[in-house]
Amino acid sequence: MVVVPILKYRHILLTTIQVELTDTAALAFQETLLQRVADTDARGVVIDITALDVVDSYLARILNETARMVGLLGAQAVLCGMQPAVAITLTEMGRGLIGVRTALNFEQGLDALLCEDAP
Amino acid sequence: MSGEIVELADGEDVVRARHVGRSMARCLGFGAVDQTRLATAISEIARNAVEYGGGGTCEVTDATENGRPCVRVVVTDQGPGIADVEQAMRDGFTTGSGLGAGLSGARRLVQRFEIDSAPGGTRVLLEMKKGR
Repeated sequence: MVVVPILKYRHILLTTIQVELTDTAALAFQETLLQRVADTDARGVVIDITALDVVDSYLARILNETARMVGLLGAQAVLCGMQPAVAITLTEMGRGLIGVRTALNFEQGLDALLCEDAP
Repeated sequence: MSGEIVELADGEDVVRARHVGRSMARCLGFGAVDQTRLATAISEIARNAVEYGGGGTCEVTDATENGRPCVRVVVTDQGPGIADVEQAMRDGFTTGSGLGAGLSGARRLVQRFEIDSAPGGTRVLLEMKKGR
């Protein structure tokens, strides 16, 4: 199964989904990410989905929930890099990733979290 | 008329089916947004076939007519069928793990959407045509 690498920079976890995930792989990613947040002193997580050209309702739900779960642990999640075609499709389907904090790209996502993290 | 059939047994096959749909759409000259719409719709329908229908097949064909490009996708399974199709098509309805936007969402992404379901199987037809 595909393993999505998770890196750490200061108090931020950085992850980028580079391949299409099956439902099983998406759930495994969710679990691993939450465990990493719990095991480290992370205050934020940047999830980059630039490479994803399909986000269907299942993956949307997983990403949505992951961000909420990260919040429950006491950290902040930012989803970044959504392709315009994906944003159009998700919105047309009737429900977007409502409630998820987003950023245009990785840099802006990271900047947003680092700013908050600054003393 | 060219086409390709993808056997749907697991999640990997769902990913494969949407790749086939996307590349057919690309070949017929559909833009990036339409390619993504179609791949996403296929993903929803193919997942249903795997999750609720016990697997099935996804057939993608070039159904271009009179010079108007069209990708036709037919997903069939031999599962128990959908008890109440009308209810299943409603936004937010789910018996499983999605957002409940699967069927209703897929319908919004394509120009033609048909669903036939009875005990013993479900057949969903999707068509993406050029020019809305």
